Amino acid sequence: MMYGFSFHRPKSLAEAADVFARADDPTYVSGGHSLLPTMKSRLAAPSDLIALTHLPELQGITRDGDRVIIGAAQTHASVASAALVQDALPALAQLAGSIGDMQVRHRGTIGGSLANNDPAADYPSAVLALGATIVTSTREIHADDYFDGMFATALELGEIITAIAFPIPKSAGYAKMRNPASRYALAASFVAKTEDAVRVAITGAGSDGVFRWSAAEKALGASFDSAALAGLALSADDMLGDMHADASYRAHLAAICTQRAVDNQGRLTLL
Amino acid sequence: MRQLAITVNGEVRTADVEDRTLLVEFLREGLGLTGTHVGCDTTQCGACTVIMDGQAVKSCTVLAVMAEGAEVRTIEGLADGDRLHPLQDAFSRHHALQCGFCTPGMIMASLDVIERHGADLDAQTVRHELEGNLCRCTGYHNIVKAVLDAAGRGSPR
Ligand SMILES: Cc1cc2nc3c(=O)[nH]c(=O)nc-3n(C[C@H](O)[C@H](O)[C@H](O)COP(=O)(O)OP(=O)(O)OC[C@H]3O[C@@H](n4cnc5c(N)ncnc54)[C@H](O)[C@@H]3O)c2cc1C
Ligand code: FES
Ligand code: FES
Repeated sequence: MMYGFSFHRPKSLAEAADVFARADDPTYVSGGHSLLPTMKSRLAAPSDLIALTHLPELQGITRDGDRVIIGAAQTHASVASAALVQDALPALAQLAGSIGDMQVRHRGTIGGSLANNDPAADYPSAVLALGATIVTSTREIHADDYFDGMFATALELGEIITAIAFPIPKSAGYAKMRNPASRYALAASFVAKTEDAVRVAITGAGSDGVFRWSAAEKALGASFDSAALAGLALSADDMLGDMHADASYRAHLAAICTQRAVDNQGRLTLL
Repeated sequence: MRQLAITVNGEVRTADVEDRTLLVEFLREGLGLTGTHVGCDTTQCGACTVIMDGQAVKSCTVLAVMAEGAEVRTIEGLADGDRLHPLQDAFSRHHALQCGFCTPGMIMASLDVIERHGADLDAQTVRHELEGNLCRCTGYHNIVKAVLDAAGRGSPR
């Protein structure tokens, strides 16, 4: 059983921040699908849980010119099934539809996933490759300045993610190899092509969490063809290694995923 | 402790809960609805699946207080007296259960899948959307057949 805590359902963003500021050792909770398992195994014992998903500021999926804006409280299932996302960013919709399982997708949220920044999570790769902006209760943070290593982000204590703004690329693709038991990515690559650049972000594999593969970006910028990746390799020294996959295997998988993501723009590819 | 009201199988039900009480504990211990099972308690197996406001969720990973005011459906709400729900009937006819431990969660998850996809349902979709429900006995084939049958798709009786 979890340690005890007090549950709060604030009426506004301001009230949420206020409750946070006054509590002893508080934590926000969205879908609870990273937080509650951690609390149940007694790896976390916050004094106060502050619910966010009902707040109006965190809702909605809209298109604003050349950007898609997704409220932080949107569940993975709602992103996967939104016609607007399917049209403008099909690879992102399909990425959301590949997270965990149906029940996890009904509860887990994009804001929670990005605040958590699990090194094997899916969304961080899309956010980084698309150069998205994380909108918070106090400011806007560009993806390049947001991810700060495993389970670490640029968020300040008490700061709340309210939305994520994704620029619409010319095309994008996502390829991943899942751990067949946990279904988290062993390695995955999100490749986005814009008017003037190519961005490649790898998740699941890096020992420092999600990262951009700049050598691949350069090669693909010169020629957007998976053949351009021939001869490029990631160093196993920078990869995670565990009982599921060692570091050199992950380095290899990440490169294969990148090729598949280039070959299959506009969709998700499961290896 | 606080008193919490949740609509379960169409009836408003109340029980005393702590803030840390899980939805599955509210159902099993608070209301005595023991059809919803706990297989893993780590959000993996799906035995605890119930439908909350129209969506299948793992009730071991939802706080009871998060379901305050929600509509929850459990396996106990499916049969009409002695008449089994079509999904229960299909599971029985297709031998989609052996020990039966996973069955309540399988059926509640399948209900959501059928309600969302209706006549468009195919075997691949059933397999994808039941990934969060583990069965250690059947090997899944008969479960997929039962779900397609109950949805009115394929598998002769
Ligand atoms: C069985 C299982 C399989 C899974 N498989 C995958 C997978 O394949 N891929 C994947 O990417 N993920 C997977 N997940 C994780 C899932 O996607 C989580 O839902 C997600 O990581 C966290 O979102 P949440 O809304 O549940 O956040 P919560 O668990 O509620 O919160 C997580 C953390 O973020 C903080 N937080 C939440 N919302 C905000 C906000 N708006 N602003 C600031 N801080 C916030 C919380 O304080 C907490 O520290 C899986 C989870 C489970 C249980
Ligand atoms: S008991 Fe809830 S997922 Fe296993
Ligand atoms: S019938 Fe035994 S676990 Fe599924």
